[in-house]
Amino acid sequence: MKQAWQHFLQYKPLLKELVRRDLKVKYRRSFLGYIWSLLNPLLMMCVMTLVFSYMFRFDIPNYPLYLITGQTLWTFFNESTNMSMYSVLQNGALIKKVYIPKFIFPISRVLSSFVTMSFSLVAILVVMVFSKSPFYWTILLFPVPLFFLLLFAMGIGMVLSALSVYFRDITHLYGVLTLAWMYLTPIFYPVSALPEEVLPVILGNPMYAYITFFREIVLYGTVPEPILWLKCVLISLTTLALGLVVFRKMQRNFILYI
Amino acid sequence: MNKGSPIIEVRNVSMRFNLATEKTDTVKEYIVKLLKRQLMFNEFYALRDVSLTVNRGEAVALIGANGSGKSTLLKCIAGVLYPTTGSIQVRGSIAPLIELGAGFDPDLTARENIYLNGAVFGHDREFMDEHFKSIVDFAELWDFIDVPVKNFSSGMVARLGFSIATEVSADILVVDEILAVGDFRFQQKCKERMADMMKGGTTLLFVSHSEEQVRELCQKAVWLQRGELMMWGSCASVVESYLAAQEIGRRSQ
Repeated sequence: MKQAWQHFLQYKPLLKELVRRDLKVKYRRSFLGYIWSLLNPLLMMCVMTLVFSYMFRFDIPNYPLYLITGQTLWTFFNESTNMSMYSVLQNGALIKKVYIPKFIFPISRVLSSFVTMSFSLVAILVVMVFSKSPFYWTILLFPVPLFFLLLFAMGIGMVLSALSVYFRDITHLYGVLTLAWMYLTPIFYPVSALPEEVLPVILGNPMYAYITFFREIVLYGTVPEPILWLKCVLISLTTLALGLVVFRKMQRNFILYI
Repeated sequence: MNKGSPIIEVRNVSMRFNLATEKTDTVKEYIVKLLKRQLMFNEFYALRDVSLTVNRGEAVALIGANGSGKSTLLKCIAGVLYPTTGSIQVRGSIAPLIELGAGFDPDLTARENIYLNGAVFGHDREFMDEHFKSIVDFAELWDFIDVPVKNFSSGMVARLGFSIATEVSADILVVDEILAVGDFRFQQKCKERMADMMKGGTTLLFVSHSEEQVRELCQKAVWLQRGELMMWGSCASVVESYLAAQEIGRRSQ
C-alpha cells in the first residue's frame, strides 16, 4: 500500500500535465474558452426552466436553483465517467511505448472534469444572486458532497475504462444506461412527482444521495442528517475500492487489446 | 554501479499471444467462444524461453527477420508487456525510443508536448523548464515551437521525440529502428548523441536491419528467430552467422 502510494507520487507531474492537457484541448480554438464552462450550464438551465415551467409545471420553489444544482452534479458525473471510459483506449499509443501506471488515465480525466465543474459552480452563484435566493452558512459545506462525488466518479470511471478495453460494447451501452440513470435521478422533477413503486429505486440511487446532500446545504440551508452522510461516505469508498480492485486486476493485459 | 555488473537479466522469458482472443471484441463473441472453449485456442509464441544478461555499459544489437520477436523482447524489457512466463530484472532507468512521438497529443503545440512528454518520463515542470532550451536546440524546431504537432512532418515529430527522450541520460537506451526516420544529417546527430551517452556509461539495446549500423554501434549481438534465441555473443560473429543463414535460406528457395 505504501509502495503504491510512493509510486503514485512519482507520477504526480504526469497527472498534472494530463489534466492540463484535457483542459487545454477542450476549449482550444473557441473564442470564449473557459467561459463556456460557466455559460453552458446557465444556457442549459434557461432552456430546461422554460420547458419545465411551461410544459410540465412542477411545483418546486426556486425552480432554477433546484434545477442547476442537480444538473451541475449530474453533468460532472456524466462527463467524467464518459471521458474516463475512453481514457485507456485513447492513450493506447502511450501505453504501448512506455511503462506508466495506467490508472493515471481515468483519474486524470475525472480530475479535469472536476476542474471544469468548479468553474460551473460560479453559474450556481449567478443563479442565486439573480433569483434573490437566501445564502445560508451551510453553503460553506459544498466541498463535502463534491468530494464524495469525485471519489464515486473515479471508481466508476476506473471500472468503465478497464471494461471498455476488453469489450468495446460498453461504450455504446453506457450512453443508454446514463440516459436511464438521468431520468431516475430527480434533477428536473421533484421526488414527489414519482409513483410510489419507483421510490426504492430512487432512494438506492447514489446520485440522488449526492444531489440531495448538495441541495440541502445550498438550497434549503439545512445540515443533512447523519444517515445521509454515512450513505455518501460508504457509497464513495466502496465504489472507489471496487474501481481500484477491478482496474488493478485487468490492467496487466490492456496492451494486448488496445 | 560499477561497469560490467548485470543491468538487465532476462530469465526464461516466453511471451504468448492468443490470436483467437484478440478478435473477441464483443461480449457475444466472447460468450460464444467461452462456451466453445475456444478462448485459449490459437496460441502464438512471440518469444520462447529466452534468457540473456546484459552488463552495464554494453551495446547490444537485436537482429533477426521481421516477426522474430525483437520488438516484443524490447517491450518486455521496457515494462510495457508482461511476459507470460519467466522474469525480467532491470536495474536502472530506461529511455525508450520505441515509436518516437507516440505519446504526443496532436492538438497541442510542440511547446506543450515537450512538457507532457517530459512528464511521461517522470519529470516535473521546473525540471523541464531547465531543459527546455536544449531540447528545442537539439530538435532544431524553434520556428515551429507554437505550432500544433498534428501539422508536423513525420521527421519533425521524430526529431522532437528523440530530443526529449535523450535529453536526460538514462541508464538504458532502448532503440527500435528509429534511425530510419529523419534526414541524413539528423541521423548523424542522433548517432553522435547516442555515442556520447554510451561513453557516459549508458547501456544500449539496439534493433536495426542495417548491418552497417549494428557493426558500428554494438559490441554484442542477439539473434532471434521465430521467438527463439539462436545465438548470443560478440557482434561480428553473430552478424556473420545470421547473414550466412539468410544466404542459405535464399538459396534453398
